[in-house]
Amino acid sequence: MDLVVRVLAVMAGFLVLPLVVGQVEHKVMAHMQGRVGPMYAGAFHGWAQLIADGVKFVQKEDITPKDADRTVFQLAPIVALFPYLIVIMTIPLGPGLVGASLDIGLFLVLAVLGIGVVAVLMSAWSSANKYSLLGGVRGAAQLLGYELPLVLSAASVAMAAGTLSLPGIVEAWQPWWLIWQAPAALVFFVAGLAEIRRPPFDMPIADSELVFGYMTEYSGLRFAFFLLAEYVGIVVIAALTTVLFLGGWHGPYEQQLGWLWTLLKIFALAFVIIWLRVTYPRMREDQLQRFCWLILVPVSLGQLVLTVAVKSLV
Amino acid sequence: MTVADVLLLALGAVAVGSGALVVTSSHLVRSGLYLVVSLGAIAGLYLVLGAELVAWVQILVYVGAVVVLLLFAVMLTRAPIGPSPDLDRPALPAVLIGGGAGLGLAALFADAFRWAEYPQVEPGTAERVGEQIFGAWVLPFEVLSILLLSALVGAIVLSRPDIGARAGEPEA
Repeated sequence: MDLVVRVLAVMAGFLVLPLVVGQVEHKVMAHMQGRVGPMYAGAFHGWAQLIADGVKFVQKEDITPKDADRTVFQLAPIVALFPYLIVIMTIPLGPGLVGASLDIGLFLVLAVLGIGVVAVLMSAWSSANKYSLLGGVRGAAQLLGYELPLVLSAASVAMAAGTLSLPGIVEAWQPWWLIWQAPAALVFFVAGLAEIRRPPFDMPIADSELVFGYMTEYSGLRFAFFLLAEYVGIVVIAALTTVLFLGGWHGPYEQQLGWLWTLLKIFALAFVIIWLRVTYPRMREDQLQRFCWLILVPVSLGQLVLTVAVKSLV
Repeated sequence: MTVADVLLLALGAVAVGSGALVVTSSHLVRSGLYLVVSLGAIAGLYLVLGAELVAWVQILVYVGAVVVLLLFAVMLTRAPIGPSPDLDRPALPAVLIGGGAGLGLAALFADAFRWAEYPQVEPGTAERVGEQIFGAWVLPFEVLSILLLSALVGAIVLSRPDIGARAGEPEA
């Protein structure tokens, strides 16, 4: 019974949160760009726009290119979406409020997020389209590179907390970690942005040069899966940053309202992710790689040293 | 048979089956993808046996990085969709060697461990693995890290022809 409730709650969060973020993206981008965005669907400020989009995607023809490798092509969107479902399961909302509490949740999260690269390569190669392939190769290079600062900065906070369990890290968290772990938090957030291929790190998709990168040949429901994966990705990166660096459920009345603080922090970060998309131009491929290897990796290594130094003093 | 036994057998079958497909498939990239399935199934085996940490390391390192690098390299050079029969080699010697080694090992293990019963070992949690590595096995661990570091430096030197080139020599 307990298990059923947990699974249902995780599924509900998995289906609802990304839609909310997607709708917020529509409206926030519109207002930042001086337009109103969706206004008609659902009558009140277009709140039902994404539901209407979903209905549209279901009605569209599901096309597989003639020269494509059918099986791989059709499997790729599911492989892209699946890891995020597992990650969402392990994120704690409040004290004791978590889908599956694991001893080494952080490790699971980092390992499972790495599977996303396989989906990018699968969709890129099987589309039999050179734009797709170029996008996929860019994507793989980006994901492999940025995984390193992501893991290193997460390792820093795990060392500070002395545990790999996500609820354990939140419990060990103290407000002054905001300063102590600030470089790691920045690196994690930026590398996370690159991991979900959001602007300004959307070189693999780069619609002005690669059509739509590895997603070029997709249509209908399978394309919707990729879109959903992107929005779930925003939720996951915002949630992980919240849990690891911003103290998760800590706040006034945390025993009762912990889940609210977590959700608030997640949505604040999701807003920043959308904000960055509207603000920054896309980074060029070489800038993107240089930024990763010459700035993020050294900073996260330096943070590791700092973490050990402070930890051995306190 | 317990649930764990059934899971072990099923995951083992998946691992061996997809492993066989890796070497028999004539689709180049699909072979790599079967390798993902095979290594994933092995991670599942670790998970059933209670070695959570090893299982996730397996996913992180092999599925997330090694196979991806392999696929990446294949796609950079030549990755046709559909079978590439010209890449096939005569299979008989490979079958003999691979099958022989597999059967021989299986027979050896079955013979060695058939009648022995072992007490259940503690699951390999992150804490225990950490204590072992940084306690009893710290020297081999450090030696390995030096080996990996030198391999890393070697890779950089090999891929950068301008390092160590004499003045006036053209860069390759």
